[in-house]
Amino acid sequence: MEVGEQRETPSVIDRYFTRWYKTDLKGKPCEDHCILQHSNRICVITLAESHPILRKEKKIQSINYQISAGCSRLQNKVSGKSKRGGQFLTELAPLCRITSTDGEEYTIFSCIRGRLLEVNEDILTRPNLLLEKPSTEGYIAVILPKFEESKSITEGLLSRAEYEDVVLKRAGVNVEPC
Amino acid sequence: MHSTGQGRGMLPLKVKDRPIVRALLAAGCCARCALRFCCVGLQSAYRQSYEDLASELHAFVSAEPSSMEHGKSGDAPEKGPTERPPCKKMRLETAQGSGEGGDTEGIPEAHADADVDTTATAESKVCVACLGVLQYFCDKTYAKKVAEAVTAERYQFDSLVLSVSLPAQLSVREHSTWLLVKKLVRDKGACQDKDDIIQVKEAFKWIMNGLVSQELGVPVLAKSLFEVSVGFTHPETDEDCHFLATTCSDCFKPARNKLSVFTRMAVVKAVEKISEENFRRLFPCPPTHPATRCAALATQCLHVSVFVAGRYNKFSRTLPQTPWVIDGERRMESSVEELITAPLLSSFRSEGFNFSSSGREDVDVRTLGKGRPFAVELLNPHRAQFSKEEVRELQEAINKSSDKIRVRDLQIVTREAVGHMKEGEEEKTKSYGALIWTQRPIEKDDIEFIKDIKELKIAQKTPLRVLHRRPLAVRPRIIHTMTAQFLDAHHFHLNLRTQAGTYIKEFVHGDFGRTKPNLCELMKSDTDILELDVESVDVDWPPAIED
Repeated sequence: MEVGEQRETPSVIDRYFTRWYKTDLKGKPCEDHCILQHSNRICVITLAESHPILRKEKKIQSINYQISAGCSRLQNKVSGKSKRGGQFLTELAPLCRITSTDGEEYTIFSCIRGRLLEVNEDILTRPNLLLEKPSTEGYIAVILPKFEESKSITEGLLSRAEYEDVVLKRAGVNVEPC
Repeated sequence: MHSTGQGRGMLPLKVKDRPIVRALLAAGCCARCALRFCCVGLQSAYRQSYEDLASELHAFVSAEPSSMEHGKSGDAPEKGPTERPPCKKMRLETAQGSGEGGDTEGIPEAHADADVDTTATAESKVCVACLGVLQYFCDKTYAKKVAEAVTAERYQFDSLVLSVSLPAQLSVREHSTWLLVKKLVRDKGACQDKDDIIQVKEAFKWIMNGLVSQELGVPVLAKSLFEVSVGFTHPETDEDCHFLATTCSDCFKPARNKLSVFTRMAVVKAVEKISEENFRRLFPCPPTHPATRCAALATQCLHVSVFVAGRYNKFSRTLPQTPWVIDGERRMESSVEELITAPLLSSFRSEGFNFSSSGREDVDVRTLGKGRPFAVELLNPHRAQFSKEEVRELQEAINKSSDKIRVRDLQIVTREAVGHMKEGEEEKTKSYGALIWTQRPIEKDDIEFIKDIKELKIAQKTPLRVLHRRPLAVRPRIIHTMTAQFLDAHHFHLNLRTQAGTYIKEFVHGDFGRTKPNLCELMKSDTDILELDVESVDVDWPPAIED
């Protein structure tokens, strides 16, 4: 009776979201991001399962949403239906920096253009969520693309199949250990 | 003809009215407008045929001996009073002042003939004050036209209210004509109030209500659920209002839904505000003679909305509540709204509807139990009277049309009663049934604790699935009670009674941890919701209908 983890029905993400990927961000090998786009255009930014933090099961030292002296993602506030006041992000806007106990620092990027709606503050107090539930409770941020850009923002991203291809080739070639 | 009119002696005009009537006719007012400006409130005076009234009135003004004297010294009797220039009418009036009391004397033949002749040249005779509304559209012929238009629409009604819409410039012309009268009475030392003048609308209704009533065979009342609107335009004089914009610019603010800033209300306001001096300077007094008569707009009918309420069940997980359209394309074949309203629209023969309900469910959620209260406003129904039996048959027709929904307690309600449905929507409770999947294999005992949880306070961030159209907020909600029935190692059935406005799906799967606590935390396992049913919406309206 222990069929367990394998479920027959699609998950919440399968049902309502499309998975998009961006690999090797800023040229850093294997620093892959996953963008979950809801059918209503809202995007949730998460670590891809191939990201070194997850693949190598790093221990998290700290997570920092203060991306520069003058800018903290924690200061972000939106109001009203139109989400006035949210920081506007471009593809390479940093969302946060994650430091692992081995001293490595990883920057997580927006990956898409849009208005920042919220960042996940839970991972500050429970960094392990990042490792245990990277694609749900361990999300990084929620971004709302402009209505007219809701289709074009994913043009530069990889589909699930393309991403799997990249990861497979990476394993085959084994260029350098990530 | 003249002698008959005079013989009736119907007109309650006094000697002092004579110079006023004379001046008004000379200025180009029609007979009915002349009565109006003399504040004649006797409805029957307006109801007699226009021709009879006109000749009676001409007899009245000509009966003055002083006018005879005047006739000797000028050409007035030949031309008739309506063609006299304003300067002469002033002289007439002074003459009249010295010779009061002759209003019952006979008319000289010369006068009568001259009047008949001028009546014949119709084009120049369009009234300067009503632009022909009271001259050409207050008779049986026009009443028949209105009645035909109403009949063609096949409305069911047992009374009606007649409404009239007049061109805005009529207010300007009315004021100009009033200033003429005012000057006359002031010179005479008499005093008259503008409010005492009979309005064009009022005179129109005095004449037309009875005629339309006769044609349609129902009473025409001051208030009715059924409104018949007639209207008139007069493009030739539309520019009459324009000078007001320079003096009272604040009265004419452009509004999105208005074609012109010169609405009737704005013009009335501006005319009230403008000084007499300015008005006289900027607008001719009396008004200019129009070359054409006004034109009647198409007769419009409007029945007040009928409200139909009830409760609906939704048995399908592929049926949205309202039509689901994305980028102009339909996503689902039908909707609860359409299934309910289609038979209503055809039975009430209404032109449209507004559907409202006590909350709504997602496309994949069923609504069971006694159902969800709803109300439909039927716009401009051509038929509005339905017996209880007929409403019951309507309910059956809806229920026979589809097995995806079912309607009960269908009834006709008042507009006010519909408010009950939305009252305190947030405070109400709702009951749900859900099929839950757990990642961790469970046994019966693993879900025992659920029934002990009472009044659970949860904090829900606006769910991601609605965040694109709702503000981001954290909302406290209460789950009053829960019970669980074990199904198998990965499934159980969960019943919840919650505060209205609780997002159940998000409570179960957690929405990326954005609803806290959530069922995943309580179960210490990933959980997901596979099916959701609304079991009851605890709003006690509309009242139950017994079979």
